[in-house]
Amino acid sequence: MLSVSGVHTFYGNIEALRGVDVEVAEREIVTLIGANGAGKSTLLMTICGNPRATTGTITLNGEDITQRPTFEIVRMGVAQSPEGRRIFPRMTVEENLRMGAVTADPQYYDEDRARVFDLFPRLKERVEQRGGTLSGGEQQMLAIARALMSRPRLLLLDEPSLGLAPMVVKQIFEVIREINESQKMTVFLVEQNAFHALRLAHRGYVMVNGQITLTGSGDELLANPEVRAAYLEGGH
Amino acid sequence: MGDTTARTPAANPGVDWAALAKESVLTALVVLGLSVYMIGLKAEDVTGGLAIITRYDSVAIVTVLAFLLRAALVLVRSGVYLPVILVCGALAVAMTGLLGAWWATGEEMSAYLPFGDPVVNGLLDLMLIALAVRAALRLRASLHGPAKAMTQEEKEAKAARFVKNFSMFAGPALLAFALIYPFLPFVDRFYLDVAVLVMTYVMLGWGLNIVVGLAGLLDLGYVAFYAVGAYSYALLATNFDLGFWVCLPFAGVMAASFGLLLGFPVLRLRGDYLAIVTLGFGEIIRVILLNWYQFTNGPDGISGIPKPTFFGLPLVRRAADGGETFHQFFNMQYSTTDRIVFLYYVILILAMVTNLFTMRIRKLPIGRAWEALREDEIACRSLGINPTNTKLTAFAIGAMFAGFAGSFFATRQGFISPESFTFIESAVILAVVVLGGMGSQIGVVVAAVILIGLPEIFRDLQQYRMLAFGGAMVLIMLWRPAGLLAFREPTIRLWKGGGKPEPGNEKAAAEAGP
Ligand SMILES: Nc1ncnc2c1ncn2[C@@H]1O[C@H](COP(=O)(O)OP(=O)(O)OP(=O)(O)O)[C@@H](O)[C@H]1O
Ligand SMILES: [Mg+2]
Repeated sequence: MLSVSGVHTFYGNIEALRGVDVEVAEREIVTLIGANGAGKSTLLMTICGNPRATTGTITLNGEDITQRPTFEIVRMGVAQSPEGRRIFPRMTVEENLRMGAVTADPQYYDEDRARVFDLFPRLKERVEQRGGTLSGGEQQMLAIARALMSRPRLLLLDEPSLGLAPMVVKQIFEVIREINESQKMTVFLVEQNAFHALRLAHRGYVMVNGQITLTGSGDELLANPEVRAAYLEGGH
Repeated sequence: MGDTTARTPAANPGVDWAALAKESVLTALVVLGLSVYMIGLKAEDVTGGLAIITRYDSVAIVTVLAFLLRAALVLVRSGVYLPVILVCGALAVAMTGLLGAWWATGEEMSAYLPFGDPVVNGLLDLMLIALAVRAALRLRASLHGPAKAMTQEEKEAKAARFVKNFSMFAGPALLAFALIYPFLPFVDRFYLDVAVLVMTYVMLGWGLNIVVGLAGLLDLGYVAFYAVGAYSYALLATNFDLGFWVCLPFAGVMAASFGLLLGFPVLRLRGDYLAIVTLGFGEIIRVILLNWYQFTNGPDGISGIPKPTFFGLPLVRRAADGGETFHQFFNMQYSTTDRIVFLYYVILILAMVTNLFTMRIRKLPIGRAWEALREDEIACRSLGINPTNTKLTAFAIGAMFAGFAGSFFATRQGFISPESFTFIESAVILAVVVLGGMGSQIGVVVAAVILIGLPEIFRDLQQYRMLAFGGAMVLIMLWRPAGLLAFREPTIRLWKGGGKPEPGNEKAAAEAGP
């Protein structure tokens, strides 16, 4: 469904991605792990065309989207819950969800809203609260919920577990599995929490310094000694 | 001055004399530095030119007063209440008495007062009263035990509740007042003129609010669109003999097109850069109007712009073409005030259209997208919003309302020239929006009344008008830094079915949700 091949991305003179190849098939959960500053967020943003890849191609369902403007890519069925949540602080939960649904057919709004409230009952209790006054975890839930409101076929999640209590992390990963299974949604997941992410994902990629160094199924990577040493030791 | 520190109650009532001296001397020095040029030197007309006279005695008085007043303020902060109340109170009573006598008898009393000018003395009197009242309030609070300290959130929630309730009742009340205003007993021609002026700025403020308040695009050249609207109508009316109502939509379209024209190249810019370019655009339009003599008549302006008619009935004593006039049709006595009353209602309707449009569009996806864009452009883009188009619509719609207001301005004045569309106009409109609380509709009204209406009404005070204008701005910035009525109403409410929102029933509402 998504295919990234030979992508280089620059921030000025800094080369953040140095020839990245990633494939995500329909209905898969694929995770990308890597150290801070490896370029994971950059890859997610590049897929959405902001910043743009300098060389290489990105195709979505066979269509070249490398040069498309962000809003068009999103309208092709890609939703992103970006790094740092980026919910609208002065808008209420309800309004944030509405914003998520701007590209969707309004006739599904109530249905989709009920569905994300099923996934995140805490949000339902807080529909009238302003986004900025939600707790960090609630904001994360809202960011994911908002991304889901556009009825995406490919969901890009950047560190959904960031700053959350272990219980909530588990819950969020449960939700990801749930939407993947019941709604047939493809998920591309960037995570620091390598253990949980690899257990959840069908396949995974490891990124170091803007390049993919390892790839394999979730279990393979979990068993890989390099991965264990770099991302799993100390904890879990 | 020292507001943040003044709010924390003194931990110990002892007075730190060194700190007091330091603070007061600093204040006095600042005042001295400012007043040496502003007060100390004055240019005066003498035969054969200007002469500079010095007024160093006034500088000395001001500096000493600054020192004393600041010291009193620090004393109040450190818990010394009674002496301040007594001294300031006594001085205030004495000054009020002297000023009253001056005013009543007309007899010069300046020998007993620090300044030669009654208004400046009055200001000092007000400061003394404020100090005494502040000390008295503190004294009362200290006698009744420490007041329950409010946290920042509680304060904000309280302010939000107040603004919400205020907006809910004030809106209809203000509208009702506006509707009957021309028939109130004290309203004469002058007050009507002021009201028309205020209303024009309210409309401009509401229009700019779409661009600045909702979409968050800082536009410093809004007056350009006002000018485009005014010239569109003026040129059409004088060249093609078209009436106001026919030209009004056209003027709006013209202004909106200019909004698009400007928007295309500049909307990729952000914040400060956008502000600078719009500022330049405003000036360019004015310079074109000034120099394109064949078309706009340059600095001479356009005169003889016709007045609007009431469904074809002109509001004049005798119709030019011998047709029927308004007062003949309705069998009334002709009165020149009628025309102003009519203009008043025209601008009231135009302003209300702007308001209703804004209120409505805020609840539509495009309006919500404007607000979202203001909060986080990157997030908007990743939600599938086309930022360029969204900003362009905001810009064009804001410009359109400026165009309507411009046509009205042209028809009301009967004469326009580039003089009326200088940068200061943009600044005043922006001040109305910002001080009103960005995005707040009623805030714009309140700010327009304070910034436009009051200076007009107090025109007699001449040179103090701008002083009061500046003073009002400083006070608003101190007390309500986010604007008079800064509170964003959510665009969707769950109780849209009927019941009114009541603070505290969020829970019930959430349960009632589907
Ligand atoms: N806007 C930017 N301008 C310049 N450099 C940037 C920008 N954004 C990211 N970078 C740089 O690009 C590199 C990759 O950053 P990126 O945010 O993709 O890392 P990451 O893998 O997501 O890290 P983390 O796990 O900490 O989120 C880093 O060296 C970062 O400093
Ligand atoms: Mg990142």
